[in-house]
Amino acid sequence: MTTARPSAPPGTPGTAANGSRRPTPRTGVPSEQQDTALQAPLRPDAPRPTHVDPEPATGAQSLVRSLEAVGCEVVFGIPGGAILPAYDPLFDSTLVRHILVRHEQGAGHAATGYAQATGRVGVCIATSGPGATNLVTPLADAMLDSVPVVAITGQVGRKLIGTDAFQEADICGITLPITKHNMLVTDPADIPRAITEAFHIASSGRPGPVLVDLPKDVLQAATTFRWPVDTQLPGYRPTTRPHSKQIREAARLIGEARRPVLYVGGGVIKAEASTELLDLADETGAPVVTTLMARGAFPDSHRQNLGMPGMHGTVAAVAAMQKADLLIALGARFDDRVTGDLSTFAPDAKVVHADVDPAEIGKNRTADVPIVGDAREVIIELTTALRTAGGRDERHAALGAWWEQLERWRSTFPLGYDHPADGTLSPEYVIERIGAIAGPDAIYSAGVGQHQMWAAQFIRYEKPRTWLNSGGAGTMGYGVPAAMGAKVGKPDTTVWAIDGDGCFQMTNQELATCAIEGIPIKVAVINNGNLGMVRQWQTLFYEERYSNTELGTHKHRVPDFVLLAEALGCVGLRCESQDEVDRVIGEAMAIDDRPVVIDFTVGADAQVWPMVAAGTGNDQIMAARHIRPLFDDPEAVQADEVSRADHPVDGEGPVA
Amino acid sequence: MTTHTLSVLVEDKPGVLARIAGLFSRRGYNIASLAVGPTEEEGISRMTICVTVDEFPLEQVTKQLNKLVHVIKIVELEPTSSVQRELVMMKVRADATVRSQVLEVTQMFRAKVVDVSPEAVTVEATGTEDELAALRRMLEPYGVREVVQSGMVALARGPRSIAAHHR
Repeated sequence: MTTARPSAPPGTPGTAANGSRRPTPRTGVPSEQQDTALQAPLRPDAPRPTHVDPEPATGAQSLVRSLEAVGCEVVFGIPGGAILPAYDPLFDSTLVRHILVRHEQGAGHAATGYAQATGRVGVCIATSGPGATNLVTPLADAMLDSVPVVAITGQVGRKLIGTDAFQEADICGITLPITKHNMLVTDPADIPRAITEAFHIASSGRPGPVLVDLPKDVLQAATTFRWPVDTQLPGYRPTTRPHSKQIREAARLIGEARRPVLYVGGGVIKAEASTELLDLADETGAPVVTTLMARGAFPDSHRQNLGMPGMHGTVAAVAAMQKADLLIALGARFDDRVTGDLSTFAPDAKVVHADVDPAEIGKNRTADVPIVGDAREVIIELTTALRTAGGRDERHAALGAWWEQLERWRSTFPLGYDHPADGTLSPEYVIERIGAIAGPDAIYSAGVGQHQMWAAQFIRYEKPRTWLNSGGAGTMGYGVPAAMGAKVGKPDTTVWAIDGDGCFQMTNQELATCAIEGIPIKVAVINNGNLGMVRQWQTLFYEERYSNTELGTHKHRVPDFVLLAEALGCVGLRCESQDEVDRVIGEAMAIDDRPVVIDFTVGADAQVWPMVAAGTGNDQIMAARHIRPLFDDPEAVQADEVSRADHPVDGEGPVA
Repeated sequence: MTTHTLSVLVEDKPGVLARIAGLFSRRGYNIASLAVGPTEEEGISRMTICVTVDEFPLEQVTKQLNKLVHVIKIVELEPTSSVQRELVMMKVRADATVRSQVLEVTQMFRAKVVDVSPEAVTVEATGTEDELAALRRMLEPYGVREVVQSGMVALARGPRSIAAHHR
């Protein structure tokens, strides 16, 4: 690695339609211009030191050696004054690769994407002050989505803390409510323990982000490094083994239920419980709904999968929960985007709620059977309890009427979309084709908005950790850096960022990182010229008054995403009509030596359906504008006299 | 809405008070009183937190508190099975004409005079919230010029200790 990056050598003529020149690929066939240190492959399986007797080291050396010993293979970051001492020993590390990002927010989301794709702890590094505060958004994001991330920040020297020193920010104070834990290390001898504890806390129990703040003089000080070290966490004892009495009680309720639903959340993916979930689904015969955070936890191709519940869920999934007599919540948290108005959510359902975080149980919906435990252990024990009790075939038979009802909903209100009448390209079609062509082995990350919902709806997920998105925080700009992190962790997997033109403009600078560091992700910009989801709400709820949602990426073509991609060292492609879609996706799939960006210029008026409008109950779900299936479907009406009486059809559209 | 008394054992680490106070404020729980001090064990502090909530959010309060890494143990102390005390100091206007009456009230409440000057006495008292309020009502007519009151501290009755098995 050199301190000054060589300027990009003259490239070969590109293959894109405009034939522009671009930098030489940074991966693939080695060339003498390439700086091989930059593409050092990750070495997750390289032997790590397991025992080191105390030996002299600086605080910075102790930090890097701790990261090596704890199993960290890659960090995303940007150096700066206070963290500078750490970058010196990092320069020499052959076990920890540093990826120089362009903005600390990119480092944070990359760490999150890496963690979500691999299941390992993602690590980001920033300097003090503004470097650290730029991590705030990704930390809040990782907190709400329970992602194991460790953030390492430089801090001003101990004597300067509290004096409003240059680039000082109280990052521990700032991130208190958006981290699982954080710590300011004031004694260099504590560094190995701080790193051990940070990784342990981030990855155990309910995962989450942990920030370690390191004053510059602590990094510079002479100390000793030894490994391993004991943690000192008397107050941190996550419960992972479920209580057997609760398991028996849950199994009893499942045996009695006639309209059960397995409500599967992101905790099932975090607990690596997808295989076990298949067994439980088979043993119960119950329908499965997978939340936005759990897409891929259960195969979409499985007959029992009804799809995603919630605000933009399938009619079948939403209706199943509303009419259920038993919800078996596994690693899910009854988020408001799933339940809609709580007082009318699943009114007849008893609730079995299993979560590793006891504070989630009973927080929003009272649980009849609370189970605190790791989702995988809960699922295994629940399946075992049901098997021991026997009667699988009887349970399946008892759900016959329920499945008839579910199949009617599913066949009457499948997910679908219309191609725009004005001949513009359908965004749903584009996303559906990417999913079909890239297939279930690819990883898909998304930004936030319409494209995110369509990507959750129209890509078929078969495997866990193939769908990455910002579910809880709804962080626009998550898509590109998260895809970058995922690709670093899974270099042999195709990684697509499905992004919107609004989101893309928030974090696309990381494409420069991807180009330089050899991270060939693919980005589909679903460019509808607008902040699409906001525009959809303006259409539905603000009388089509489009206040500040047009971005000009259609009208003015500013920025021109193809030229922008080229400028950032990527291949830029454009697709404007339906008959080009497969060809352009195929072209992007064929490029594996550099990042690709496709500007899919799509119609502005496509909307995300179904939809439960904010603040209303899930019974008010609309399959499409003006269509309320739970009341318009004669079968459903028969099945639910109570709801019909409570909510007369108004037929006048979504706004109450 | 009722007031509950939580006894919380925490690691004596920098920022632990901010973590707890921040949790209460960001989740919308109202702290009525808070007292912090060392315990019989080095490195462990005990917080007595009086919180005014419904029964249901109290469970959320304790669960959220338990998630803080530095929180070791939380016990709710019922008024009937615990001793609860607050400390108050009141500076009361008391010149020679009324001083003996002020001292009489002080003695009735088993309070102590801890400072005397020609125009005022400072009275110190410990007791329950109700007892201290009664003392104050009795002294108000003479002129209470300044009041300082601690948060409540409380300890369960009987031989058992909540600190004994935290590790």
